[in-house]
Amino acid sequence: MSEPALAIDALSFSIRGQRILHNVSVQIGSGETWSIIGTNGAGKSTLLKCLMRIHRGWTGRARLHGRDLAAFSQRELARRIAYVPQPGNDQGMLYSVREFVRMGRYAYSGPFGAAHPGDGAAIEAALKRADVEIFADRMLDTLSGGERQKVFIAAVLAQGSDILLLDEPTAFLDYGHQAAVAGILRSINRESGATVVSVTHDVNAALQSGGKVLALRGGEVAWIGPAKGLAREQTLNRIFEASFRFLEDPVTGLRLVAPQGAEE
Amino acid sequence: MRRYVWLLLLSFGSLAIVMGAPLVGGQPVSIEAILHPRPDNPAAMIFWEIRLPRVCLAWIAGAGLAVAGMAFQALFRNALATPFTLGVSSGASLGAALSVRLGWGAMLLGISGVTISAMAGALVAIAFVYGLTRLKRDCSTGAMLLAGVAVNFFFSSLILLIQYTANFYDTFRILRWLMGGLQMVGFDSPLRVLPFVITGTVLLAALVGELNLLTIGEEMAASRGVAVDCTKTLLFLVVSCMVGVIVSVCGPVGFVGLMCPHICRLMVGPDHRRLLPATLLFGGAFLVVCDTVARTSFAPTELPVGIFTSFLGGPFFLWLLLKPSRNVNLSL
Repeated sequence: MSEPALAIDALSFSIRGQRILHNVSVQIGSGETWSIIGTNGAGKSTLLKCLMRIHRGWTGRARLHGRDLAAFSQRELARRIAYVPQPGNDQGMLYSVREFVRMGRYAYSGPFGAAHPGDGAAIEAALKRADVEIFADRMLDTLSGGERQKVFIAAVLAQGSDILLLDEPTAFLDYGHQAAVAGILRSINRESGATVVSVTHDVNAALQSGGKVLALRGGEVAWIGPAKGLAREQTLNRIFEASFRFLEDPVTGLRLVAPQGAEE
Repeated sequence: MRRYVWLLLLSFGSLAIVMGAPLVGGQPVSIEAILHPRPDNPAAMIFWEIRLPRVCLAWIAGAGLAVAGMAFQALFRNALATPFTLGVSSGASLGAALSVRLGWGAMLLGISGVTISAMAGALVAIAFVYGLTRLKRDCSTGAMLLAGVAVNFFFSSLILLIQYTANFYDTFRILRWLMGGLQMVGFDSPLRVLPFVITGTVLLAALVGELNLLTIGEEMAASRGVAVDCTKTLLFLVVSCMVGVIVSVCGPVGFVGLMCPHICRLMVGPDHRRLLPATLLFGGAFLVVCDTVARTSFAPTELPVGIFTSFLGGPFFLWLLLKPSRNVNLSL
């Protein structure tokens, strides 16, 4: 068997004595789709940031295609892992879409901002793939939240990494844009075999993605398994400490959940 | 395209100002006299020994201070971050005043004691301000400006203390120098500053990609492949040294690093690949013009240029502060 894309072994992380992640171990295979779910403050976003080495000083081991994460320079790491932050933090608004996507090519650039010969093609392909070509010359601050999220995805596509870490890629988006973003991610996964790891609050999105699920609770792994196995009352109760009802999608036959309110 | 036109205009404008400025002044200087200097002609002497070196120093210092401001703005992601507002200039002033008071005339590696202690002061100031905003995990305008104000007050009080205990001659020297002036004779001073400004500018030019990404946000920069901590430390070190050297020669000339990058951003946009050359050219020309106005407007009295730049900079600063926040917060 080949090495997993990401092998995380007993990863723990604290910020000023506050334990955020504890003993997280998971093996993410190359080309797989993963959803990370869990309550607020379970450490989902933090896990992504640890893997991208935005957060440093965590303990444990993480190996990327068999090589220790610590052995990569940040630049090498960025060629293999790309990260899309939570939407809504309004970054890079003074740039045009094309300029912003071009900055995704940093990991290949030389000093003095020298461009890599492959930049132009990679940028155009990314713009096309994320379906943002039509507004490529508009400024980011003139775009809607949904359009902007597609631009962020275009930027990580330009980065050319085979592992994508996305923090709630569809949060705050309307249904049309949610479907569009999910569609782009699915096509990247299928066509280029990229490994896609998304943090999500939407259990149904995790179920529909058909991939694997890592559930965190209080910074520890609560459940790992294929998405199908998630749709069980006991499992979801344990992860979220909330009640759920189950219903079946009349077309796909997929088991979906409806959170049960406080009505009774 | 429009942005490259601006860059071209700036190049010609900057060159024209450097060539034209030495001709302006109380004593008219003819082109004839400059090209064929004769010992009996004082005009040529004034041009070659006084005005030209002064214009060169103004250009180099202005360019250096402007790109330093630009770098600090990228590092703090805030248009109000400058050597002056962050207290770096006052740190350098304290260092220089201290060395004047204690009479450190010794040279180290060809660099004077005043320069070295000014550099050290600049580094202490930036370390303090950055440490404070880091400790509070707050790089907002408020936290950063307050940290800068605190450093400014603290260092100003120490400078006053030094002046109080100094003799009349040293006190006067420190005071005149604190006003920020470019009065000097010969090419010694411009040549003292030049290597540091070149080093700083070349380094900034090498790091334009990093500066762009740092402006967007540190997390974003890291995820794109920037070694954030390393890059920031290097930038802080080199830019502070550059400011220290300029301040040790010209005094704390304020607000050049505030006004020039901002005006250039309006002309060529936020991309540092264009912003850096634009800021360099504009900053140099800006200080040459300010100095020319300062030395001619009250002729024969020559005003220290620092008084003039601060006079312009104060209102500009307020205008920036009162503008809608997206123009101040560069990460937006």
